[in-house]
Amino acid sequence: MPATALKCRECKAEYPLEAHFVCSNCFGPLEVAYDFSALGADPAQTRRRIQAGPQNIWRYSDFLPLQGGSPGASTRGASRSGLPAGCTPLIRADRLAAELGLKEVWVKNDAANPTHSFKDRVVSVATHRARELGFDTLACASTGNLANAVAAQASAFGMRSYVFIPSDLEEQKILATGVYGTNVVAVKGNYDDVNRLCTELSGERAGWAFVNVNMRPYYAEGSKTLAYEISEQLGFTTPDRIVSPIASGSLFTKIAKGFEEWLELGIATGSLPKMNGAQAAGCSPVATAYANGHDVCRPVKPDTIAKSLAIGNPADGPYALELARRSGGGIDMVTDDEIREGIGLLASTTGVFTETAGGVTTAVLKKLAERGEIDPEERVVIVITGEGLKTLDAVRDTFTTHTIEPSFDAFEAEFAVAGSH
Amino acid sequence: MSVKVKIPTQLRANAGGEGEITVEGSNVSEVLDALFAVHGELKERICDEDGGLRRFVNVYVGGEDIRFEQGLETPVPAGGEVQILPAVAGG
Repeated sequence: MPATALKCRECKAEYPLEAHFVCSNCFGPLEVAYDFSALGADPAQTRRRIQAGPQNIWRYSDFLPLQGGSPGASTRGASRSGLPAGCTPLIRADRLAAELGLKEVWVKNDAANPTHSFKDRVVSVATHRARELGFDTLACASTGNLANAVAAQASAFGMRSYVFIPSDLEEQKILATGVYGTNVVAVKGNYDDVNRLCTELSGERAGWAFVNVNMRPYYAEGSKTLAYEISEQLGFTTPDRIVSPIASGSLFTKIAKGFEEWLELGIATGSLPKMNGAQAAGCSPVATAYANGHDVCRPVKPDTIAKSLAIGNPADGPYALELARRSGGGIDMVTDDEIREGIGLLASTTGVFTETAGGVTTAVLKKLAERGEIDPEERVVIVITGEGLKTLDAVRDTFTTHTIEPSFDAFEAEFAVAGSH
Repeated sequence: MSVKVKIPTQLRANAGGEGEITVEGSNVSEVLDALFAVHGELKERICDEDGGLRRFVNVYVGGEDIRFEQGLETPVPAGGEVQILPAVAGG
């Protein structure tokens, strides 16, 4: 496989490709290191191989940390292994662009994944690597979407699973997780309490693969496939700007890593997009650090309707800050009211109904447009990470239902549109 | 005042293989100093050159992140629990 080692992001110490996530010298996070030289010097050949691959993330297995390459017996149409993720639509959003005075906006709709969020990508990679390493139980600390994805992937493979969530999570996310027959553990506390418990548990349960704890280096790599897809869908180029939500900061930084890998290998043309991160004002440790010019984040206690982004202690925050500055982007925050408006704006101009995290992203796009930060000639992609049906409370009471008697006259009386047809 | 310190698996090799160690101290700083007096190797793992906590080390007193309290000056009650864990990004 192209992966060569796990490498500490801080002190660069290297470790074997096992279930480690933290450097034993300095406690820094470990990341997968690669040697892509086996791909050869001809990017056109690599592009052709990608295009001939299955219609899911395994078409990018040359860039993912799996020993066996693309898992299962795959054909162009399918990958016969687990619950494949990816190959979600990239939708040109001209009405949204016009509304905001922009020229070219695209929506990467990752709600179109099997469990309706981008988490299916990261869980696919983590699960396959966990199976290669011999684990038989999957687990995670989740704000909801990850729990959905882990429970579903475990079912597809017949693995045991335990998902840990904050007890105040949206009911839709709990129901959509329990249905898979997983062990749902609702922890009395916020996400950061759940994460602390799972970090402790992962040290005590040797046979468990916590996808976002001890499998984290592999899990995080799955987010790169969003960048590969966007690039491939734009004809192996890069967009000028990405607007993406930030919770832990992992998705945001790995999207950039995906683009940078392809630019370096000559697979994509262009340059690194300006990377704009989006947070909710009720949980904005990274946006606040950005605004204050800090390079580390001060943890916060989350209080926002965007529960999937409610991570008060984002460990990849420093890297997200560095990326936003280096790429010429930025990190913004929006209020809960702006989040609700963002959900409505995306739905009413594109037909895509997103959860609160997508409302955060859309609202930040609007804010950037209103501030005049986006050149009208730019090609902008917003990353919509999850599905509106999972956070229905956010749109309750935002519109009127016309209840009438089943008669023509009642309809006419209600709408009273003279001469309508 | 004796308090219990929970050691993460990643550091147990530097703590004689122990997962829990009882030491004396009334705030986090004193507790860590007492811990380092027993297992000196732990200090460079947990602290940076200036004696502060490393960026990716989280310390909790009674389940609360000390950065929400008074940092290294956070009081630790008698019989309390101090937990050391690596920071992990969530999501």
